[in-house]
Amino acid sequence: MRSLGGYLKAIVTVTLKPSILDPQGEAVLHAIQGMGGKEVKSVRIGKHIELEIQGGDEKTLKKKLEQISGELLSNPVMENFHLDLRAGG
Amino acid sequence: MRFAVVQFPGSNCDQDCVHALRVLGQEPRIVWHQETTIHPDEGVILPGGFSYGDYLRCGAIARFSPIMQAVKAAAERGQVVVGICNGFQILCEAGLLPGALTRNEGLHFRCETSYLRVENPASRFTSHYITGQTLRIPIAHGEGCYRAESAVLQALEANQQILFRYCDAEGRVTREANPNGSSLNIAGIRNLRGNVLGMMPHPERCCEAEMGGTDGRGILLGAAGVGRPI
Repeated sequence: MRSLGGYLKAIVTVTLKPSILDPQGEAVLHAIQGMGGKEVKSVRIGKHIELEIQGGDEKTLKKKLEQISGELLSNPVMENFHLDLRAGG
Repeated sequence: MRFAVVQFPGSNCDQDCVHALRVLGQEPRIVWHQETTIHPDEGVILPGGFSYGDYLRCGAIARFSPIMQAVKAAAERGQVVVGICNGFQILCEAGLLPGALTRNEGLHFRCETSYLRVENPASRFTSHYITGQTLRIPIAHGEGCYRAESAVLQALEANQQILFRYCDAEGRVTREANPNGSSLNIAGIRNLRGNVLGMMPHPERCCEAEMGGTDGRGILLGAAGVGRPI
């Protein structure tokens, strides 16, 4: 198993599922249109979460991060997540 | 049956629950979130508040606390578990009840008296009421909009798991009477087995006439298995 030396960064982006109403996004959309942004037709607000990681092998790390993202950082009933693992720095 | 009232950092209705239970002749036990024991003869109340500051999502972090592992085990043994407001959010996050509670449709934090229609008196939590009875019970929440996949909503209806719906003073379940946009006007549900209740309104806040009403008494008494009506 390949070991990952140094720091890694996991960027987890959590978004509401398309079927879930986003009243916060709608309020921001109204504000945008109020400031003249008539071209903007939709706003959806999500979360950007950064995790700093050191140690562990790639395969188990990815599995662990999927679990963290799916069970804690997002709620599968109402949210989707996207996991991006990259070199830290 | 004695109740254990769980106290998370950020809970703020725990003492209200303790007070209401004492008014009803119960002597509850306060349980800190880092404890790991729920006794076999105890029911559990997860009170309202903002556990762990509502960080990430309401109830998301509480789910992983040591006491919640014991609460899950107690629920699986068939012991009574009641989640009120933040407690309902925690039960959904923990998977003890289906669905999720999202931001109120109107974005506002709603702090007011709500009317609830009792949908199914054939549960221990509603045994003191009759079908269609209208209760006046306060709400106070910003994220109480109940959402679930349509198959889950259908199952909740088919299995009579919806115990309370928001309604108007005359008991009509209308869109206008829905304070937060919840699907099917859902204010409270039980699990399939019937031992776990989650509801956004606060029955513990209306157990004494001098507090503005007594409509909540039956829910807590029913949960405790006390004094079923004729």
